[in-house]
Amino acid sequence: MTAFLGVLGRDLRLALRQLSDASLVVMFFVICAALFPFAVGPEPNLLARIAPGVIAVAALLSVLLSLERLFLADYEDGNLELLVLSPAPLEVIVLAKVLAHWCTTGLPLIVAAPLIALLYDMPAAGLPVMLAALALATPSLSLIGAIGAALTLGARRGGVLILLLVLPLCISVLIFTVAAIDAALASLAAKPHLSILGALLLAALPLAPWASAAALRLALE
Amino acid sequence: MSLFEGRELICIRGERRVFAGLDFSLPAGGALLLTGPNGSGKSSLLRLMAGLLKPAAGALLWNGAPVGAEPEDHRARLHYLGHQDGVKPVLSAAENLVFWSGLRGATADGVADALARFDLGNLAAVAGRLLSAGQKRRLALARLLAAPAELWLLDEPGVGLDAASLDRLGGEIARHRKDGGRIVASTHGDLPIGQTETLALDDFAAGPAMESDW
Repeated sequence: MTAFLGVLGRDLRLALRQLSDASLVVMFFVICAALFPFAVGPEPNLLARIAPGVIAVAALLSVLLSLERLFLADYEDGNLELLVLSPAPLEVIVLAKVLAHWCTTGLPLIVAAPLIALLYDMPAAGLPVMLAALALATPSLSLIGAIGAALTLGARRGGVLILLLVLPLCISVLIFTVAAIDAALASLAAKPHLSILGALLLAALPLAPWASAAALRLALE
Repeated sequence: MSLFEGRELICIRGERRVFAGLDFSLPAGGALLLTGPNGSGKSSLLRLMAGLLKPAAGALLWNGAPVGAEPEDHRARLHYLGHQDGVKPVLSAAENLVFWSGLRGATADGVADALARFDLGNLAAVAGRLLSAGQKRRLALARLLAAPAELWLLDEPGVGLDAASLDRLGGEIARHRKDGGRIVASTHGDLPIGQTETLALDDFAAGPAMESDW
């Protein structure tokens, strides 16, 4: 537990001291989402209809782009060896790092998402469900992405490789995030979709740290 | 008397056999100095002892029990100091050290003392990016004192240290050994480590290239 809190506290402190790195992700999210109206035209009906999809895809890309640094900095400066050699289970340490990553990327995205919804004139009825769906989806993305980040350590062009490895695994999260928001906008029950998102998160919670830890040990061999 | 020993260790990196048939034994209070030219496997042996690498063959025993059976117990009794100091540039010296101690389940109580013993007391609040190479090295060494561990695995610990700091390191090593701690260190230069057994790794260099399966 000391190790978990220590890693979480240190990563949050590092993010806070390098605030420009963390804010880049949110800025990418906003700009990426704001590009669509330029490409598909400014028709209000169309924009309101594609808003859930645009928000979900932009969030997915922002989270994955920020994942490259998750283990890389520690790998390059030698701290990863110390993390692996800690008496605490490596899975717990990975979980702490993923949680810190979510706090510095997922959470700001959730805060910024209503801004995009406003930009697209998405009906306010969809907002609570959108926030709930993103709150369930972004931790899953951080968890699944951690596997890719651990696997690509030491590879050149690791960032692009992470996207190639992880994007296919994230499709289910994407589908149900958008489905939940669409259901809420159509006054249908969003709960089944949210439940599936919750189930995906619960499945990723034990599996991703375990797989990432194995990949990290391999990276140091 | 507990014994840390390796038997018939073989280390393969890539396709190359680095060393083979290597035995060592290290009693409490003992020190083992690894010497040999570049690439003779000093760092590999240290990583192998830490559990970062798996030996291709052979056994690594603590008190007669294989260390791989209880990896968490083994990690709890060792400190590994690699080539990199791992000092985070945006954290202060004390914050770096508190984090490393926390990783080993230790409280922050020993941090001030550890910094003082490597003459870093007045640099505690200085950010890592402002420390010189030697100061970073001393901060990494202070890790050994902030959270106690029985076995110190030191990969060229003297690199970048001035004469006064080397003396300090020598003093800490002597104290650690007097308390029953063990040390394995690799070095090219002189290390004030006291009475040691020297393991020249070029004696175990594998002769011809290993036979390829294909």
